[in-house]
Amino acid sequence: MGGLKILLTLTLLLCSGCGQFFSDRAPAVEIMNVSYDPTREFYRDYNAWFTENYCEGSGESVRVLQSHGSSGKQARFVIDGLEAHVVTLALAYDIDAISSKTGKLPPDWQTRLPHGSAPYTSTIVFLVRSGNPKNIQDWGDLIKVGVEVITPNPLTSGGARWNYLAAWGYALLQALDEDQLSRLSEDDPLLQEAEEKAFAFLSALFRNVPVLDSGARGATTTFARRGIGDVLITWENEALLALKSLPQERLEIVTPSVSILTEPTVSLVDEVIDKRHTRDVAQAYLEGLYSPEGQALAARHYFRPREMQHASPEDRDKFPELHLFTLEEFFGDWQKAHEKHFSPAGCFNRLYAMRYANQEK
Amino acid sequence: MFSSDYISRLSRLIFQVITLAFVSLFLILPLCVIISESFGGGLKAYLNAISHPDTLLALGLTFLAVIVTLPLNVLFGIVAAWALTKYEFRGKSLLSALIDLPFAVPPVIAGFILILYLGKHGVFGSLLEKFDLNIIFSTPAIVIATLFVTIPFVARELIPLMQEQGTEEEQAAVSLGASTLQTFFYVTLPNIKWALLYGIILTVARSMGEFGAVSVLSGHIRGKTVTLPLHIEILYNEYNFTAAFAVSSLLMLLALLTLIAKEFFFWKLNSGGSVHQVQEDTVPGDPAS
Amino acid sequence: MKKTGSQNHFLPGFGLSLGFTLVYLSLLVLVPLSLLSFRALSLDGTLYRDIFQDPRTLAAFKLTFASSFIAAGLNLIFGFIVAWTLVRFPFPGCSFIDALIDLPFALPTAVSGIALTSLYVRSGMVGRYLDIFGIQVAFAPLGVVVALSFISLPFVIRSLQPALKDIEREYEEAAISLGASPISVFFAVIFPAIRPALLTGFSLAFARALGEYGSVVFISGNMPMKTEIISLLIAGRMEQFDYDGATALAAVTLLASFMILLSIHLIQWHYSRKIQPRS
Repeated sequence: MGGLKILLTLTLLLCSGCGQFFSDRAPAVEIMNVSYDPTREFYRDYNAWFTENYCEGSGESVRVLQSHGSSGKQARFVIDGLEAHVVTLALAYDIDAISSKTGKLPPDWQTRLPHGSAPYTSTIVFLVRSGNPKNIQDWGDLIKVGVEVITPNPLTSGGARWNYLAAWGYALLQALDEDQLSRLSEDDPLLQEAEEKAFAFLSALFRNVPVLDSGARGATTTFARRGIGDVLITWENEALLALKSLPQERLEIVTPSVSILTEPTVSLVDEVIDKRHTRDVAQAYLEGLYSPEGQALAARHYFRPREMQHASPEDRDKFPELHLFTLEEFFGDWQKAHEKHFSPAGCFNRLYAMRYANQEK
Repeated sequence: MFSSDYISRLSRLIFQVITLAFVSLFLILPLCVIISESFGGGLKAYLNAISHPDTLLALGLTFLAVIVTLPLNVLFGIVAAWALTKYEFRGKSLLSALIDLPFAVPPVIAGFILILYLGKHGVFGSLLEKFDLNIIFSTPAIVIATLFVTIPFVARELIPLMQEQGTEEEQAAVSLGASTLQTFFYVTLPNIKWALLYGIILTVARSMGEFGAVSVLSGHIRGKTVTLPLHIEILYNEYNFTAAFAVSSLLMLLALLTLIAKEFFFWKLNSGGSVHQVQEDTVPGDPAS
Repeated sequence: MKKTGSQNHFLPGFGLSLGFTLVYLSLLVLVPLSLLSFRALSLDGTLYRDIFQDPRTLAAFKLTFASSFIAAGLNLIFGFIVAWTLVRFPFPGCSFIDALIDLPFALPTAVSGIALTSLYVRSGMVGRYLDIFGIQVAFAPLGVVVALSFISLPFVIRSLQPALKDIEREYEEAAISLGASPISVFFAVIFPAIRPALLTGFSLAFARALGEYGSVVFISGNMPMKTEIISLLIAGRMEQFDYDGATALAAVTLLASFMILLSIHLIQWHYSRKIQPRS
């Protein structure tokens, strides 16, 4: 009776799955952290530290549920009703969207925690193959003929938007200095000229891009495992993680002279924590990110901590000094940056439209 | 006569060669990739990957979705096929087209529609909120998405067959005093069982592998709303390629198991000898041997 | 048991079965779909204008429909050959191949996409040889066609198999013994018999290919204007919180795919009308 055996095995498998499903009895408090892709490893460790620490402090046992995915999709989950107690996403823009679309958290959420609610930061760097055969040193090298650049698609990847803006910022700095940039008004001819140059730079850069994966991790896989491209533009934390997770692929990090300061932000979701009476836990959870232990853990997982002194010395060496500019300095805020660059009428679309219009002629 | 024999042999050879080449290039090679990648870290890594608690939880959820989906859609498929083939009424072809509709809806759009339907800002949003019910981003949402994408399969397999068989046998049974249920179980069911089985296999296969719609609706809560396909995506994104492929091979194995089960039933009935004729004529998916 | 007016309703259970079908379909399919159409109709018309003016969206439409069409067409040819071999020229191991046909159906599409990509990429097992001839599959429009053919293959074969089994061998043999060439036998005897099955298989494969997302995003490379598909644009719009844009795109896509499927249905209906009076 082979059929019966198969059926029996299937039932047993099912029971084992279900058993685990129901045997995990819910602890006293449960909070859900909705986060983005690159923080998986960090929050796994941080949650372990937090549950232990919080239990010792208050005697209450706590369990942290984790959800990861691409930042925009995660924010959309929360907007559509996913019960996140805290959100820890890649861009302030995504949390802004939750605030403006649902009112689950106040519009001034960014002022509630230190450093604009960004407990750790990162920047955009390059990953190249061992020995740096194409001799990539800075952004300018990316537009050379014969250099293949890998970056994800800004349409679906938040990381790709940072990459794009970092390159744009570099190009602006080639034409103007920082002082001018902060001083000039938007319709100043000098600034407009610089922006035209930046547009040309980005056009040249994307001409060298053979693949736009749908997410940052996909782009790393394409670059490292499939051997496509000469340089991968990515977050510093992702680059460092890739070095560690994919040692057999023999990669190196190149830090450009200037780059953007990426600030992943965190916030409470007030509506949910009030309904579930978990404000204390959630608040402690986010504040823990700023504690010495939280900062040290962030550094261990390749995020630049706000308080570098808490990181262990060997972690500190991972983060070289470079000139960092913020999104606010060059682009105003995310809403403006999005409108100007990534909306259907934005620069990114125009860049490709023009390229193909030229080809047809 | 020589020439026609020659031609038929030649064409036989050509067909077989093309089939083999096509199937190996298109189906067997991708399978080999999955299998070789999943054993890339050795047998131990493979076993570790498929016995990991997260994998088992995902497996449990996938099974749950299948077990809820299957009876509902089988019931629907049978009833719909019965209504469409045993009676004449206006708008029949419209109804038939409607059954196929979910098939023409891309999974991503299906997920999006279900969010409009069941989400916080959906029609029932305020009602659900009142009772503190969360359908979306929980197990029911995954089940509903799976239901949606697998609606047509059983009905699709049954309708052409039942159409062909007409209603004479059922009418005879009813005129002899059989009840509707008796008629169905003793007259209709034996005639359609192979097509039904094939429809069930398709439904099971599709509901185990559904990714697009479920991914839009799941919320990615680790250990709670992650199905096997979503778990594979997570593993892949964690650069854990061996485990990702190992779990894929598990899905493949499950699919193959259902197919082997199908072959086994055929073989068993064949050796019984009595239903050979039925099988030849009505089973869409079985080999002609 | 409910007696309705028509004399066709000899069998009991009409009201119950039709009622159940309608309720089930409405709850799961009709209501959600009409929600989408309601929302789509209440949108600002300029959104639709933008869709048809945006070169990137238009390119994605072109690619999605063209590659689905090509994939379904390719599957008709190869699907016919495979189905014919399985039905007429069985060989040892045939039933194994037959069982494998359903596999693309059960594999999560992302897995198929990853496996196909590693095969067809420049350094992959197959891509390596294609590269010699300068053929690029992965990260090119051809890759989209390959992925779509893979996931829609079972539909064509499974539609064709029963139809092929029904063909009487005698007709072909008679035609061949009368000196007809195999090609003319195909067009005179076989093709008319399997035309409905071919159409069904084609429309199923086409519909499945149109909506495919999981496997294509891995193999296509997602280059704007070149290898972006519609589902990616919709997903992208959703992730940027542009729900209206996503709704408009989804509505246009659905409308187009319904129209195409409807016209296939009509062609089928046309042929079945033509054949019925004769038989």
